[in-house]
Amino acid sequence: MKKVKYRHSAARIVFFSVSLFFSFNTLLLAQEPDDSPLSEDEADRQETVQGPQESNVEAEVSGGDEAAGKELFNTLCAACHKLDGNSIGPPLRGVGDRRETEWLHSWIKNSQALIAEGDEQAVAIYNEYNQVAMPPFPQLSDSDIDNILAYVNAPKAVPQEKQPGAEAAGAGAQGGGGISTDILLGILAFVLLMLLVILYLVNKTLRRFAAASGVELPVKEKRGKPIWKSFVENQFLVIVTSVVLVLVGSYFAYGWMMQVGVDQGYQPIQPIHFSHRIHAGDNQIECKFCHSSARVSKTSGIPSLNVCMNCHKSISEVAEGTATEEYSKEFYDGEIAKLYDAVGWDVSQQAYTGETEPVKWIRIHNLPDFAYFNHSQHVEVGGIACQTCHGPVQEMEIMYQNAPLTMGWCISCHRETNVRTAGNEYYEKVHEELSRKYEVEELTVAQMGGIECAKCHY
Amino acid sequence: MSSNKKYWKSVEELNETSSIVETHSQKEFVEEIPTDEFLGNKETLETSTTSRRDFLKYVGFSTAAASLAACEGPVMKSIPYVVQPERIVPGVANYYATTMADGFDFSSVLVKTREGRPIKIEQNTMGTTGANARVHASVLSLYDNKRLQRPLANGEVTSWEQFDREVKEKLNNVDGEIVLLTQTFASPSTAKLINEFSEKFGNVRHVVYDTVSEDHMLDAFENRYGRRALPSYEFSTAEVIVSIGADFLGDWAGGGHDAGYAKGRIPENGKMSRHVQFESNFSLTGANADRRITLTLSQQKAAIAALHGYVTGGASTSNLPAHIDDALIKAARQLREAGSKAVVVTGIPDVEAQSLALSINEALGSTVMNTATPRMLRQGSTAAVRQLVADMQAGQVGAILIAGVNPVYSLPFADEFVEGLAKVDLKVTFSMKNDETALLSNYVAATPHYLESWGDVEFTTQKFGLMQPTIRPLFDTSQFQDVLLRWTDKNISYADYLKQTWEGSMGSSSWVDALHDGVFEGTSPVSAQVGADQVTSASTSFDESAAVRNLSAAQGEGLELELYTSVAMGAGNQANNPWLQELPDPITRASWDNYLKISRADAEALGLENEHVSNGALNGNYVNLKVGDTVLEKVPVFIQPGQARGVVSLALGYGKREGIQREMQVGVNAYPLYKDFRAHQNVIIEKAAGVHEFACLQLHTTLMGRNDIIKETTLEIFNTKDVHVWNEMPQVSLNHVETPVTSPDVDLWDGFDRSVGHHFKMSIDLNACTGCGACVIACHAENNVPVVGKEEVRKYRDMHWLRIDRYYSSEETFEQDVEKKENMSGLGDSLSQFGEMEMASDNPQVVFQPMLCQHCNHAPCETVCPVAATMHGRQGQNQMIYNRCVGTRYCANNCPYKVRRFNWFLYNKNEEFDYNMNNDLGRMVLNPDVTVRSRGVMEKCSFCIQRTQKTILDAKREGRAIEDGEFQTACSAACDKGAIVFGDVNDEASKIAALSEDERMYHALEYIGTKPNVMYQTKVRNTSEA
Repeated sequence: MKKVKYRHSAARIVFFSVSLFFSFNTLLLAQEPDDSPLSEDEADRQETVQGPQESNVEAEVSGGDEAAGKELFNTLCAACHKLDGNSIGPPLRGVGDRRETEWLHSWIKNSQALIAEGDEQAVAIYNEYNQVAMPPFPQLSDSDIDNILAYVNAPKAVPQEKQPGAEAAGAGAQGGGGISTDILLGILAFVLLMLLVILYLVNKTLRRFAAASGVELPVKEKRGKPIWKSFVENQFLVIVTSVVLVLVGSYFAYGWMMQVGVDQGYQPIQPIHFSHRIHAGDNQIECKFCHSSARVSKTSGIPSLNVCMNCHKSISEVAEGTATEEYSKEFYDGEIAKLYDAVGWDVSQQAYTGETEPVKWIRIHNLPDFAYFNHSQHVEVGGIACQTCHGPVQEMEIMYQNAPLTMGWCISCHRETNVRTAGNEYYEKVHEELSRKYEVEELTVAQMGGIECAKCHY
Repeated sequence: MSSNKKYWKSVEELNETSSIVETHSQKEFVEEIPTDEFLGNKETLETSTTSRRDFLKYVGFSTAAASLAACEGPVMKSIPYVVQPERIVPGVANYYATTMADGFDFSSVLVKTREGRPIKIEQNTMGTTGANARVHASVLSLYDNKRLQRPLANGEVTSWEQFDREVKEKLNNVDGEIVLLTQTFASPSTAKLINEFSEKFGNVRHVVYDTVSEDHMLDAFENRYGRRALPSYEFSTAEVIVSIGADFLGDWAGGGHDAGYAKGRIPENGKMSRHVQFESNFSLTGANADRRITLTLSQQKAAIAALHGYVTGGASTSNLPAHIDDALIKAARQLREAGSKAVVVTGIPDVEAQSLALSINEALGSTVMNTATPRMLRQGSTAAVRQLVADMQAGQVGAILIAGVNPVYSLPFADEFVEGLAKVDLKVTFSMKNDETALLSNYVAATPHYLESWGDVEFTTQKFGLMQPTIRPLFDTSQFQDVLLRWTDKNISYADYLKQTWEGSMGSSSWVDALHDGVFEGTSPVSAQVGADQVTSASTSFDESAAVRNLSAAQGEGLELELYTSVAMGAGNQANNPWLQELPDPITRASWDNYLKISRADAEALGLENEHVSNGALNGNYVNLKVGDTVLEKVPVFIQPGQARGVVSLALGYGKREGIQREMQVGVNAYPLYKDFRAHQNVIIEKAAGVHEFACLQLHTTLMGRNDIIKETTLEIFNTKDVHVWNEMPQVSLNHVETPVTSPDVDLWDGFDRSVGHHFKMSIDLNACTGCGACVIACHAENNVPVVGKEEVRKYRDMHWLRIDRYYSSEETFEQDVEKKENMSGLGDSLSQFGEMEMASDNPQVVFQPMLCQHCNHAPCETVCPVAATMHGRQGQNQMIYNRCVGTRYCANNCPYKVRRFNWFLYNKNEEFDYNMNNDLGRMVLNPDVTVRSRGVMEKCSFCIQRTQKTILDAKREGRAIEDGEFQTACSAACDKGAIVFGDVNDEASKIAALSEDERMYHALEYIGTKPNVMYQTKVRNTSEA
C-alpha cells in the first residue's frame, strides 16, 4: 500500500526543485534537433502522404475527403465499429478492399432492407455479429459515405517514432539529456571531492611548515565558565525553559495525536488502475452517471462492472492521445483487459463467458461505523457538488482522499452552508418558522439542527 | 527505647546451633524448586542460542512493531456487484410481502431486505393475521447456524441428484404403504401436489399432525358444519366476550386474534367491550380481562355446561362454587343482552365442550363468530396420527416422509413412534435442523426457511396469502414441494406450479398484484383439507343434553396440570432463536426457561418455595411430575399469583436437545405429558432435590398503589366523572398555592420553543396493549440489541431497550390498593401494611406497561453526564452518543424510569456470548443503519431516529411535506393493536396530536417534572356486571 502525505514535505520540495533544474537542462539540450511537435491536422496529413500508393489512388477515385470522413465516423460509426479489431460490428479498416462500394452504400443506408432482400453477404455478416441490426443512416449522402469510406480505407498510420529518421533523432535527443545529467552530477561530485582533498592537504602542509619553521599557532584559551553551567545555575531560566518546552511539546503531541486515524491523502493502489482523470476529466462523464446510487442512497456506490461495460463493450483500447508520459497506451489497454477478465468478457467473441471475478477495490473513504453519512442528503437534497468533499476528482489519475473526514470538518461545513430550501415543499413550514426565529433569510444547516449529535451518530 | 524482641518462626530456632536452622537460613525455599522439571532438558537449554538478553530484545521489538503496525488503519475492501440486480441499490431497503407458515404460526408479513438479505419482519397491514413476537423473531431463524446446509443420506452429506435418485428408486420398490406425515401446510397447492404424488405412487396416506393439537375444536366444528376447520372470530365487533379457558390472545385456534380484540378495548363514545375470563392457568388473555375468575380444569367443563344452560335457558343452577356460579349467571345475562355482539370461546380439550361453545354462540346468534369462511390454519388429526403409529408398529408402513414436524421430540407417545419407525424401511425427513426425528431417518432433506421458499396459505376459505423468497437460499436446500415435484417427474418448479394452481382462482387480483400485496381474496382451486376423510368421526350427531350431563359431572381428582404454549416459544419450532429465549414471559417475566406455575396455597401445602437470593435473583425448588406412568423429573417451580388452586401449568416447546445450540438447550420437554393430545391432565407432584436458578427481568410484582406510574379507572367512572377524579394532574406547592406540576412557574428549567419543526411523541394506550411482546422483538431486530444470556439476565443486565412491565394488584383490584394506601395512618400501619402490599393478591388484576426511554424534555440523565454523551435534540429525542460515552453510568442512576442499559461486556464476536452476533451467519441480521455497541457504553431507546431520519430524507428528496402516519418507530410499526402510536405532535392534524390532548393521557411519574415525550393513556376497565 502506498500512503502519500497530502502536504508537500520539505524533502519533496527540494527534490522537486532539483529535478526541475535538471529537466530544464534536458529541455535545453532537447531543443537542439529540429523535432517540433506536429499539430493534429498536420499529423493526419502526414499519415495520408506517407501511406502506400494504392489507397491514395482509391481515395482519389472515390473522391472522398478523409478529414470530413473522420468526423462522420467518430460521430456515427465509432459507437459500434473500430478501425481495427472487433466491436459490436466488424472492424472497418480497408473495408473498401473487401466489399464493393455500391454494396456498402446500400448497406449503410439501410442494412435491414438489404438483409430482408436476402442479400447473401448481408445475411452472412448479420448472422456473424449476433444478429445485431445496424441502424439505417438515410441522412447520409453518397458523398458523405464516400468520405467515411475514404477515411476507413486509409491504411493504418505507422507510428512516428518507428520511422528510422525520427527515431534516431528522438533517441539522440532523449539519450543525450539523460547521459549529460548523470555526467554533470558525477563531475560536480568529483570536483567537490577533489576540492576537499586539496584543502585538507594544503592545511596539513601549512601546519608542517609552521612546525618546521617554529611558528607558534595561536591556541584558543578556555573561558572561565561554560555557558551551560551558568544556565543550569539560573533556576528561573531553567523553569521558564522547561515550561516552554513542555508547552511546545504538548502542542506537537496534541497535533500528532489528532491526526491518528485521519487519512487525508490516502491513495492506495487499486487492483485496476481506474483513472478518474480520463473519465470525469477528459471525457466529462458526470459523476452520478456511474455513482448513480449517490442520488438515492446513503452510499455513493462503487459502480458494478456492468455499468463499466455499458461503454467498455465498445471501448477496448484508449486513444493514442490518452497516454501520458507516466502511463502508456499499452498500460491503459492492459487495465481495460483486467476489467474484461473480471466481468468475463471475451473480446474476440464479443460475448460474456460467465466466468466472473469481482474486483476487490480498496476503500479510500472510511468513515467509522458510528458515524452515519448519507450521500443522497448532500447530493440530491443539498445539491452539493461531489468535488466539494472529494476534491478535484476530474484531475486525479489515482483517486485519493481529499478531505480529512474529521468531525470538525463536517461541523464547520454545516455551520457555514445554507440549506437549499427553495422549491422544496418539505422545508416550507419549518423555513418560515425558523427564519422568523433567527431573523435571517437563509438558514444554515446548523440552524436546522444539523449539528445535533444524533443526526449522525445512532 | 527500641525493642530487642526477637521473633521466632519455630521452636527450633531456640537452639542456636541447630543444623536445621542453619540449612534453612541459607535457602530461599524449604524444598528445592523443581526447575529441571519445567525447564526440561538441560542440554538443549545450554545449546540454545537465545540468551535472556535476546529474549528481551525480541519482546521489545515485537511490542514496538505491533504498536507501529497499529498506527496504520486497516485496509478495507469494497466489492461491488459484477452485475448489479435491477432492484437493489446498496444502502436502500427493499420490502417484500410474504407469509409465514411454519405449521404453528401463520401470518402475513412484510420483509425488509438490505443488499438482498432480510433483516426485519414488519406487519403487513393488508393481512388478516398479525405478526406476533415469534413471527417478528423468525428472521433470525433464517440465519440460524445450526441449520442443515445440505441433504444427508444415512448421516452422510450427499447431493440432491443422488438423494432424489436413491429415494425415488426406493419409493418405486416400496413394500407397504407410503405415508406423508406433515405439519398443517394450509396450502391448496401443496394439497394438490400431494394428491398428484398419491396418484403416481398409489398407496399413499397423508397424515397431518399438529404439534399442539386443536383436534377437539376441529372435531366439534366438523361435526356441526361438515368441514374440518376452525371458526373465524372478529373480536373487534364483540361487545361481550366470555372465555372459558381459551387463551385467545395467545395461540388459541391458530392465534392472531389480539389485534381485533384490542380494537374493541379502546373506549369510544363511552363504550368498550366487556371481557370475562374463566381460567386456571394465568394466561395473557386472563391478564387482559375485565374480570378474571379462577377455577380448576374440571370446573371449566362444568362451567361451560352451566353457561350453556344459563344462556339457552335450559338450567338455572349448577354444582359449582357460589362465586363461580354467580359470575357465570352475570356473564350469561350480559351475553344475552349483547346478543349477536356477544361471543363465547373455550379452550377445553373436549369435543363436547367445544360443541357447546358453538351451540351457545349459535343460540346467541353471534356475528362475532363466523362459520361461513372458517379458518384453515389447523388441519391435524390426532386419530390419524395414532392410527399411523399403530400401523408402523404393525410393520404395514413401507416408507414415511416427515415434513415440518419433529414427532420424536413432540409426540406424547414418542417411544412407540420410535419403535414403529424402526420397522419402516424408508424414512425421509424434511427438516431445517438435524433434529431428533432427522437423526433417526435414513434420508434428511435440508429444507429452506420460509423466507427462502415459495408457497400459498389458506388463512380462511376466502382469504389467502402468498409466500415468496426474499433471499436466494443460503444453503443447498430444496423445499418439500420442489422435492415432491421432482419425485413425481414433473419438470416444473414449485413457483410455476403455484402460478398454475392459482390461474383463474385469484378473484379480482392478478398474480403480480397478489405477490406484491402478499394477500388476496379468492376461492381455493383445490381443497386444502387432507386426510379428513380417513378419520371416522366418533360422534356423528351431537347430543346436547348428554354433553351437558357429561361435562357437569366432570370431577377433578387431586392436582390438575394444564399444558400451555408460551408467548416466546409457542410449540417450540424456533427454540434455537436467542431473541425468543431472552424474551421474558409477559406474566412471569422469566426468560430462558419453562417452569411449573403453581398457586401460592398449593406450593405451601407441598412445601415448595421461591426465594430471592442475595443478588436479587430468584431461585426455586424442583419437583417431579407424574402423569399416568410418565414421570418428568426436575421441573422448576414458579409460584404464580392468580394461578387457580389445584391447577399447575407447564409450557410446551422447551427442552429440545438436538439441532440446538448448548446455550439454548433450556427447560424441560413437557410433550411426554401431553397424553392423548389433551392439554388438561391429572398430575402427581413430589418435591425433588436441588434449587433452580431463574432469570427474571422483574421481581417486584405489585404496584403498591402508586397510581402515578399506572393510572387506572373503570368505564363507569370514566364515563360519568370529571377527568380530575380519575386522571388527576399532580400538584406541587408554590408559595403555598397548589400548582399543577406542568406549570412553567414551578419549573427549575428554562423551557425551549418546541413548536418549530418536528416534535416526536409517542402514545401508549394501556387499554390496547395486551403485553404480547411483538414490539420487544421488533426493537431487538431494528436496533441490533444484543442477547446477553441467562446468567446475565439473572443479574438484570438484559439489554432490552423496550420492556413490558407487568404489575399485579395486591388487593383484588388496583383501586383497592390505592384505597388501602391512602387509608394508612401512622408508622405502625405503614410498616405492616406496606409489607402486605408487596404481596400480589391470589387473583390479582394485571396491567402491562411498555416502558422505554421516555425522552424527557427535562431529562435527569442529560444533566449528570460528565462528557455530554447524552443530550436533547430539537425534535424531542433524548440522544445517546455511544462514541462519546465513557461509561460512568451516572445517567442510568439518575433515570427515574430505569430504561438505560449498560454494555457490561462486548456482546459481539465474543465466545462468552455465543449468540447470533458471534457468528457470520447470525450477524447478517444486523441493521446496517444502527451502530453495534461496544463494551462500556450506555445505550437506550433512540426513538428509532434512523427511521425518522429516513422518513424526513425521503420527503426532502421528493420535495413534499410529511403525512401523518409516515413517522414510525420499530415498536409502533410492530404493534398491530394500535397501542403504540408515534408521530409529530407539531403536525396539528396528526393522530398523536389528538392523543396528546386526550383526557386519558398522562405521563409516568409526572410529579417529578421530567416532561416526558412518551405518554400513556389511562387504563379503563369495563367492570359493569350487568
